[in-house]
Amino acid sequence: MSFHWAKPYEPKNAVSKWVDERLPLPRLIVESLGTYEAPKNLNYWWNFGSLAGLFLVVQLVTGIVLAMHYAAHETVAFASVERIMRDVNFGWLIRYMHANGASFFFIVVYIHIFRGLYYGSYKAPRELIWMLGVVIFLLMMATAFLGYVLPWGQMSFWGAQVITGLFTALPIVGEPIQTLLLGAPFVGNPALNKFFSLHYLLPFVIAGVVILHVWALHIPGSNNPLGIDVKGPQDTVPFHPYYTIKDLVGVVVALLVFSAFVFFMPNMLGHPDNYIPANPLATPAHIVPEWYFWPFYAILRAFTIDFLGIQAKLWGVLAMFAAILLLLFLPWLDSSRVRSARFRPTYKWLFWFLVADVLILGYCGQAPAEEPYVRISQFASAYYFIHFLILVPLVARIETPKPLPRSIADPVLPSEAVAQPAE
Amino acid sequence: MIRFVSYGVGAIFTLALLVGAFTPREAPEPDPIKAIERAPKQVTFAHEGIFGLYDRAQLQRGFQVYKEVCAACHGLELVAFRTMEDLGYNEDEIKAIAAAYEVPAIDEKTGEDSTRPAIPSDTFPSPYANDVAASAANGGKIPPDLSLIVKARPGHEAYIYSVLTGYEEAPEGFEVPEGGEFNPYFPGAVIGMPKPLSDDQVTYEDGTPATVDQMSKDVTAFLAWAGEPKMENRKRMGMGVIAFLSVLLVLSIISYKKIWADVKGPKPHDS
Repeated sequence: MSFHWAKPYEPKNAVSKWVDERLPLPRLIVESLGTYEAPKNLNYWWNFGSLAGLFLVVQLVTGIVLAMHYAAHETVAFASVERIMRDVNFGWLIRYMHANGASFFFIVVYIHIFRGLYYGSYKAPRELIWMLGVVIFLLMMATAFLGYVLPWGQMSFWGAQVITGLFTALPIVGEPIQTLLLGAPFVGNPALNKFFSLHYLLPFVIAGVVILHVWALHIPGSNNPLGIDVKGPQDTVPFHPYYTIKDLVGVVVALLVFSAFVFFMPNMLGHPDNYIPANPLATPAHIVPEWYFWPFYAILRAFTIDFLGIQAKLWGVLAMFAAILLLLFLPWLDSSRVRSARFRPTYKWLFWFLVADVLILGYCGQAPAEEPYVRISQFASAYYFIHFLILVPLVARIETPKPLPRSIADPVLPSEAVAQPAE
Repeated sequence: MIRFVSYGVGAIFTLALLVGAFTPREAPEPDPIKAIERAPKQVTFAHEGIFGLYDRAQLQRGFQVYKEVCAACHGLELVAFRTMEDLGYNEDEIKAIAAAYEVPAIDEKTGEDSTRPAIPSDTFPSPYANDVAASAANGGKIPPDLSLIVKARPGHEAYIYSVLTGYEEAPEGFEVPEGGEFNPYFPGAVIGMPKPLSDDQVTYEDGTPATVDQMSKDVTAFLAWAGEPKMENRKRMGMGVIAFLSVLLVLSIISYKKIWADVKGPKPHDS
C-alpha cells in the first residue's frame, strides 16, 4: 500500500492466520479500506468517489432483479416493464430506483470528474487513475444508452435510431457498422436482444475497471484540496474510521436526495414519450436523449456546414467523440506542476468558465434544433474545445502560480515561515 | 509536441464551428399554430403533492365516465379488473364490472374463435379487434390506449383535463380540416376526437352535478390512478424512508464529529 506508516494487517487468531497465508483476501480488504492512509484534509468533494461506487451497486442490484422479470422481445418488452410496475412485488420501487439510479450515477460521476479537474487530480502521478476514469465514463454512457432502449418506448426506439444512425456518417464503413450494431438493417427485435445482453454485460466490465481505478489510486494515494504531496504520517489519517464515517455522512445525504426523486417525483428525469410504446411509423416531435447526454448531444448537433470536404454530420460525430476522448490526453495537455486550482489564479477562472459552458451546452442539448439554440451551441462547443485544447496548455505555460503551502499538516506558506523567526 | 497537435485540433474544430455560426441562415419562419396553441389550464387534484392520496369517490366517478363515455373508443389494456379494489369496490362489484366486457376466447367445444365475459384477472379490453379496425373506424387514427395517458403526455393531469374541457369555436380565419375539431390545448390545435363530454352526460350515483368540468376532473383522476396505481404505496414508503434516513443522518454527523475530534491540525471542513 501507498505509505509505509500504514498499519499492516495482523491476523488475530489461528484461523485468520491460516487464511492469510493461503489467500490474503482479508488483508487486501483491511489494507484497502481500513488501514489505508488518506490525506487528512479531504473536503466533501472527495465523497463523490464512494458515492459513484454506491450508485454502481444500486444499479447492479436493482438491474439484476429487473432482469428476472423483464422480457427482451419487441412484442412484450413494454408490457413486461408495466407488469413490473403493477404486478411484481415492489417492482415499482425497483424500477424507479434503477431509472433514477442511472441519473444519480451520472450526477455523482460528473461532480467527481469536475472535482478532479479543479484539484488537478489527473496530473502525475495519477494519470492512469484519470484515464481509467475516462474509460469508466465511456462504459457508463454506453450502458445507459443500451438500458434506455430496453423499455421499448418511443424515446427508446427513436433514440436507438438516432444514436446508431451516427455511425452512418462514416464513409463506406458507416452503414455496415450500423447494421452490425443493430443486428439488422433496422431497429427491431435483433437490436433489442443484443442491447439487453450488452446492458447486462457492461456493468460488470465497469465494476472490473473500477477495481483497476481504485487499485491505481492506492499506489500514490488520494490527491487533496491543496494538491501537494503527502510528506509524512502527520499529513494522513487511516481510512477507517475517519473516512468511512465521512463517506457514510455523504451516503446518507445522497440517499435522502435519491429517495426524494424515487418516492416523490420518479418520472421527473424521464421523458413522457417513453410511456408510449415504440412505434416505427410515428416519429416524436423532438427526439431528446436523457439529460446526462445533453452537452454531448449539443456538440453533435452544433456542426451545420460541410467544411474541408467533410460533411457536417461527420464533423458532429467526430467532435462528440473527440470531446470525451480528449480527456485521455489532459494529463499531458496541462503541463502545470501545480495541481490544485487554489494556487492557480488563471486556471481557476478557466475552470468556472468550463462549468458554465457545459451547463449552457446541456441547456442547448435539450432545446429544439432551432435558433437561437443552434448558434449558442456552436459558440459553446467551440469554447469547450478552446478550453481543453488551447487555453489549458497555454495557461499552464504562462501562468504564475501562487506559493504552495509547506505541507498538509502545516499549511503555512514558506514565506510566512521564514518571516516568523525574524520577529 | 502534443501541445502543437492540441492547438491544431482545437483550431480546426473551432473554425468549423465558427464558420457554421457565422454562415447566414434563413430566419426561422414563426409557426402560426404556435400562437394558437395554449399551455394547459391550472387545475388541482387531491393526489398531487407529497402527501396527496387518491380521492376514492372521485376515482369511482371517473371510472363511471370512462366506462360510459371513453370506453367506446379507448381501451385500458394494462389495467386489470382485480386492481379496481384500489377504488373501493368489493369482489362482487369487480366481478360484475368485469362481466360487462367481452374478451376474445376460444370455444371449448369447437376450437373456433369466440368471446366470453371478462373475469377479474382480465384487463380492460380494447373496443376494437385490432389496430386496423380501430384505424378504419376513426378516419385513419387509432384512439390511444388510456392506461398510461397521464404519464405519457407533457403536462400530465392538467393536459388531459385541458383537452377534455378545451373544445371551442375556431378563431376567425382558422380552417379546421374535415374530421377534426378545434382544441387549442391539443398539439397542432386540431384534434381528431369529437367533443366527448357535455353536461349531464352521465348520472353520478353520489349526486355530484355532472358538469363537463367535473366529469373531466374525475376521469383525469381515474386515468392518473390507472397509470400509477402504486402511487399511495410509494408515497407512504417514501415518508418512512425519509424519516429513517433523517435520523441516520443526525447520528452519522454526531459520530463523524466525535471520531474526528481527536485529529490534530487542519480538519477537512477547514479547507
